[in-house]
Amino acid sequence: MSDAQDLAPPTTATLNGAEVVLKALVDQGVEHVFGYPGGAVLPIYDAIFKQNHLRHILVRHEQGAVHAAEGYARTTGKVGVVLVTSGPGATNTVTGLTDALMDSVPLVVLTGQVPTHMIGNDAFQEADTVGITRPCTKHNYLVKDPEDLARTMHEAFHVARSGRPGPVVVDLPKDICLNKAPYLAPEEVPHRHYQPKRLPAPDRIERAVDLIARAQRPIFYIGGGVINAGAEACETLRELVRATGHPITQTLMGLGAFPASDPQFIGMLGMHGTYEANMAMHGCDLMICIGARFDDRVTGRLDGFSPRSVKIHVDIDPSSINKNIQVDLPIVADCGEALKAMLACWRQKQYQKDEVRLAPWWHTIKGWQARNSLGYRKSPTSIKPQYAIERLYELSKGKDVYITTEVGQHQMWAAQHFHFEEPFRWMTSGGLGTMGYGLPAAMGVQMARPDGLVVDIAGEASWVMNMQEMSTLVQYRLPVKSFILNNSYMGMVRQWQDFFHGNRHAESYMDSLPDFVKLAEAFGAVGLRATTPDELDDVILEMMAVDRPVVCDIVVDRAENVYPMIPGGAAHNEIMLAPEDPDLPIKGSEDGMPLV
Amino acid sequence: MLYEQRTEVDAVRRHTISVLVDNEPGVLARVIGLFSGRGYNIDSLTVAEVDRAAHLSRITVVTSGTEQVIEQIKALLAKQVPVRRLADLTVEGEVVERELALAKVTGDRLRLIDALRVADFMGARLVDRTLETLTFEVTGSSEDIDSFLRLLEPVEVSRAGVVAMARGTRTLTPDG
Repeated sequence: MSDAQDLAPPTTATLNGAEVVLKALVDQGVEHVFGYPGGAVLPIYDAIFKQNHLRHILVRHEQGAVHAAEGYARTTGKVGVVLVTSGPGATNTVTGLTDALMDSVPLVVLTGQVPTHMIGNDAFQEADTVGITRPCTKHNYLVKDPEDLARTMHEAFHVARSGRPGPVVVDLPKDICLNKAPYLAPEEVPHRHYQPKRLPAPDRIERAVDLIARAQRPIFYIGGGVINAGAEACETLRELVRATGHPITQTLMGLGAFPASDPQFIGMLGMHGTYEANMAMHGCDLMICIGARFDDRVTGRLDGFSPRSVKIHVDIDPSSINKNIQVDLPIVADCGEALKAMLACWRQKQYQKDEVRLAPWWHTIKGWQARNSLGYRKSPTSIKPQYAIERLYELSKGKDVYITTEVGQHQMWAAQHFHFEEPFRWMTSGGLGTMGYGLPAAMGVQMARPDGLVVDIAGEASWVMNMQEMSTLVQYRLPVKSFILNNSYMGMVRQWQDFFHGNRHAESYMDSLPDFVKLAEAFGAVGLRATTPDELDDVILEMMAVDRPVVCDIVVDRAENVYPMIPGGAAHNEIMLAPEDPDLPIKGSEDGMPLV
Repeated sequence: MLYEQRTEVDAVRRHTISVLVDNEPGVLARVIGLFSGRGYNIDSLTVAEVDRAAHLSRITVVTSGTEQVIEQIKALLAKQVPVRRLADLTVEGEVVERELALAKVTGDRLRLIDALRVADFMGARLVDRTLETLTFEVTGSSEDIDSFLRLLEPVEVSRAGVVAMARGTRTLTPDG
């Protein structure tokens, strides 16, 4: 050692970059990392090998890692963490990142990168990761200086979980991980400028509460933002809604924030929501939107959307306000803080539930409920998909159940027929609509809830998209249940082709599907099949009894459609109910072709 | 588009928005991507570091849209992590807006003499000359520059885009 080095001030840089990364993860409270190794991240994997604080779950495809981290984050409320290599490892995360961005899921995705001196040289497994992921992340970083590493890691977590949560990518060149880097604990990182506003403006809360107390035909329209705000926020929501006596509807992402069994809950709204929820949205005089974003699947035709209501919108993301629908009273705040303030104001003003005032409104709603819009015709010979979900719900009642889904008809039926009393138990890809989400997401949920009953309610087409993760489930003994409603079609595509494309089933039939029972066995899991309604209960009971990954091939009626449906381009009050005779062929029209 | 056949009843208006950002890699791409990804217009965009010690850059973007679109643009800009402060100079009061352009003219003696007259009249500065060319620098409002260029009929133009600041005591600084 030279004299100069002897005289140098003591430095904390005794760790290499990879060790700094891991220490930052541990200090951020991370316990599980979903990942897949490769050349550029070998230093980090080497550091993982030498420690015992973090558990790494080796997925079979990087997309699976991101969805697993999403499932993990959505059931725990913690930040999900992913570790992948450069190039294809990073590009394979793009779908999951976009999914997490749309559904506001907090993730930190660490991507390897070629060494800094090779960036831009078209090196082996090089991709412009920050460039590619810029539009599909909340924020992203490329670490070029070891001095920035610890700060960037902590900041990534801060950004992922603050405000409207979202995915953050940290791109880590290999030399940054190999060279020495100083460590800073989270509390030593200088003050961040990114501090989204959490507290609501008191005068707006007061105006909102006054409106709530006076409304004749109010409705709470609740989205996933309340669940993101945490368990306490959901509890406050329950207190407020019960104190007011108002009806409440929830979006696909909001299910579980308020208990489904409560008589004030009138079902999910939107394209496949209940008749009563959509009619109530259309006819209300006061809409109290909390943590939802007026998505096109919720609003239907914008100029026909709830034309006579005063609209209150609580959202932590100012850019969600007045984006699709102009509202009368915007409140930028954390949903939990806003709910708390509303409840306090309600109590302070000594407002009471006014059943007399609300009676006509509830009477109208009860009339809509009498239409039984989720009803379907049972069959003695074929399993109706709705029936399969109903049975799964009934037979799993009282258990510690977590449901994930893929995307399509089965997802809508699950949302309609599986009922959630608690938040953090329903994980589905809402905004992006990612087929292949459910199985890896269930994997992440099961990792966080080792004793829970985690079921991926799936369609066969979606499930096949990420079925490689069966191998991960078996390796880590994660007893995830795949409940596949197999109708041999991309059912929702087929439904739209029937409705809007003249019954022409272009490429929506799944030929040459695998034998799912044998497939399960090939992975070392358990395969079960039900083809008639009388086999169904036994299959579900056995599925729940087996403490191993199970794949259930539930062969369902191929012709079933999801009702009710607000066709694209229609308003809430133009909702279609199931036809009287479901066996009649659908009169296909081509009017809806240009719709999305 | 999805369901809306939104009739643009709202007037489209030009807005000058100044944004103070942390000068970190990719910040400009982030801002541009936000506009292109959502189909908003950028009429002009300038960016340069304004505080080296604090690593702050100032982006001035001129855009046009209905009031709803402009509100959306501002909300989207404001929530970007590197964005520290933002001001819509068009709505917040009186504003000074300046643009800089370089313009090159080629031609015979008569043509060049004519160009010098225009330049003199419009307050442009001659910054380079050869026997066959003259290059002028002009600053002013976008309209001033438009009319200068219309009169000058140059063979080549380079415009810097709008820089802007509020008149009077209002300031855009990281703290307030």
